[in-house]
Amino acid sequence: MVPLEHVIGLSAILFLIGAIGALTRRNLIVLLMSIELMLNAANLALVGFSRAWAEHDGHVFVLMVIVVAACEVAVGLGIVIALFRNRETVNVEDVSLLKW
Amino acid sequence: MSAPEWFFYGAGALSIVSALAMVLNVRNTVAAALSLVVTMIALAVIYVVLDAHLVAALQIMVYAGAIVVLFLFVVMLLNLRSDTFAPPRQRLLKAAGVVLALGVTAAFVSLVPSSLPTVRELPEGFGGYRAVGTELFTRFVLPFEVTSLLILAAVAGAVVLAKRRLD
Repeated sequence: MVPLEHVIGLSAILFLIGAIGALTRRNLIVLLMSIELMLNAANLALVGFSRAWAEHDGHVFVLMVIVVAACEVAVGLGIVIALFRNRETVNVEDVSLLKW
Repeated sequence: MSAPEWFFYGAGALSIVSALAMVLNVRNTVAAALSLVVTMIALAVIYVVLDAHLVAALQIMVYAGAIVVLFLFVVMLLNLRSDTFAPPRQRLLKAAGVVLALGVTAAFVSLVPSSLPTVRELPEGFGGYRAVGTELFTRFVLPFEVTSLLILAAVAGAVVLAKRRLD
């Protein structure tokens, strides 16, 4: 068995990479991909804890997270297509009207 | 080290490298999406090592099979080319970010290893479709049914958003 610390550490590293991507990239599609990466890191932590406790609750939560991720991508990419159709851009700097 | 541990560390290193390749690739969005596929498959290998067999299969099918294909489809549909990083921020914001990152890392390293549960022995058939499915359709049947509403709302929203004219 892999030590649980290493599983959680890998999950934290992947979440960190995803967060860096979501904060620094300016392409909306890459932003969505970074969010997917963060969701995957959370899934990895859930599976690791599920293995440690020998319970299936974490696996069920992972299935729910996968459903939420699929819905988020469907709606997010719909928004990206609508945005591109109206503004000819997918750069978040060009659609910052609501930014303070 | 046994074979599953070799698989864990190999797939973990692969997932980190491909995740970095996705985030740092500013020239080619298609290549970034393909790096995401590699990350998903490496994570599926890790799920198998952690005895989550059903989750690993669904990871391959839903993430690597469906979600990333959707990403690639939109990238190619919109014919996107290069991308840039965010413009540089003020020095004070940078310093605050570094301090925050170091603080969170220190808290993680000092708190997490001491609070982890001890690993228990696995029952027979752990993580298979039978065990997870039984949980899903007995204890978690209400959340499972509510996700169908979520999917319905997402499908309706995606169709409305992607329509040519909103009226």
